[in-house]
Amino acid sequence: MESNFEPKIVGFLCKWCAYTGADLAGTSRIKYPPNVTPIRVMCSGRVDPVLVMKALSSGADGVLIAGCHPGDCHYTSGNVKTIRRFKLLQRMLDQFGIERDRVRLEWVSASEGERYAQVVENMTETLRTLGPLNWNGSKEG
Amino acid sequence: MANPKAAFYWAASCGGCEIAVLELGKALVDVSKKVDIVFWPVALDFKYSDVESMPDKSIDVCFFNGAIQTSENEHMAKLLREKSKILIAFGACANGGGIPALANTTSKERIFTRVYKETPTTDNPQGVIPQTKVQVKEGELAIPEFYNTVRTLDQTVGVDYSVPGCPPVGEQVTAVMNDIVAGKLPPKGSVIGASDKSLCDECKRVKGDRKIKKIVRTYEIVPDTEKCLLDQGVICMGPATRGGCGAQCIDANMPCRGCYGAVPGVLDQGAKMLSALSSNFDAENEEEIEQIASGVTDPIGTFYRYNLARSMQRRKKARRV
Repeated sequence: MESNFEPKIVGFLCKWCAYTGADLAGTSRIKYPPNVTPIRVMCSGRVDPVLVMKALSSGADGVLIAGCHPGDCHYTSGNVKTIRRFKLLQRMLDQFGIERDRVRLEWVSASEGERYAQVVENMTETLRTLGPLNWNGSKEG
Repeated sequence: MANPKAAFYWAASCGGCEIAVLELGKALVDVSKKVDIVFWPVALDFKYSDVESMPDKSIDVCFFNGAIQTSENEHMAKLLREKSKILIAFGACANGGGIPALANTTSKERIFTRVYKETPTTDNPQGVIPQTKVQVKEGELAIPEFYNTVRTLDQTVGVDYSVPGCPPVGEQVTAVMNDIVAGKLPPKGSVIGASDKSLCDECKRVKGDRKIKKIVRTYEIVPDTEKCLLDQGVICMGPATRGGCGAQCIDANMPCRGCYGAVPGVLDQGAKMLSALSSNFDAENEEEIEQIASGVTDPIGTFYRYNLARSMQRRKKARRV
């Protein structure tokens, strides 16, 4: 296994909570791994499973979906839709042989900069142990 | 002017696409007066060497059905591409991998072990597994290599047009053939013989609120023939599937299984259907949602039944060694 493997994580962060939380982590100068590439979405409910699959098949080692805590959604129930899709997506990813730790759904409020940093640190650490996904590489043959 | 030359070929497929052509009946007789069929293994006696000896681009149109699962499939795809002016990916397997591509949920090794060693009817005490070459006293015998990953035709060679469906429906095939004879073809790369809208768009059933409390499988209920199948908890691929088939399965009170492939503009039929279905789960808390989701017993086989090779992932992730 590669010793200095650094996972690439695509982070879909909702504008109202998680992205603001990530901003807070930055302005509070909290140190956390730089492995997540954040993509701001209007709501975690915007994260179509197609986007997750596309990230994974285009070279990401993991995907983080982060939104408002249930009950706090800016659009009332967008994050409930996220849970529904995520639960079924997990079952399909199992079938594809993708470890559950690679795709995570987390709730981070706008005031939880500390929590965002912890989530990223924890996920990065887990993926370092899991190693590269390299889904693309298994297409041939 | 001489009649256009047509070829038909089957790769990894069930033969249903060939039957779909034969099923045209009288329409086929009419078409056959206007085209010369130069290669058609299912119906006429031609050899591969006959095709090899044809000049390049001498076939005007080749209907190629089936996925690419073996070295023979690949060889014929390349050969027919060379010899044909227009190559048409005909049917679900050539376009999305079809049922054969569900082999991508496992591996060549697992398939061989299952088929040649484990099935109850197998009598193979020496555990013989097919080899590409074997030496016998008469000489060397060779069979094609079986690939680990099933591919679509257009992942193997360039394809000019796609005709989707498992199999493509008769009226659409007739229309396509008449268009070819008349030289009325859209720009290359187009999907022909299908609609540009989803199946839901042409489905006559009454659509309700789409609140799914429980997933039911087709053997568990006799669905109401007027109401939307999704409203009744049956997984119908209609929202994520291209229309144009005339909704024949729906008319037979069976759900759409997605053989016409993704709606235009959709990157991945299966993930899109997963999204459409799960968004309508009628539950708010995690346990209840989990409960409903557990009703989808085979997500890949349900959402990618005909299109796993076309999907962004194409196959199950290879196990690391």
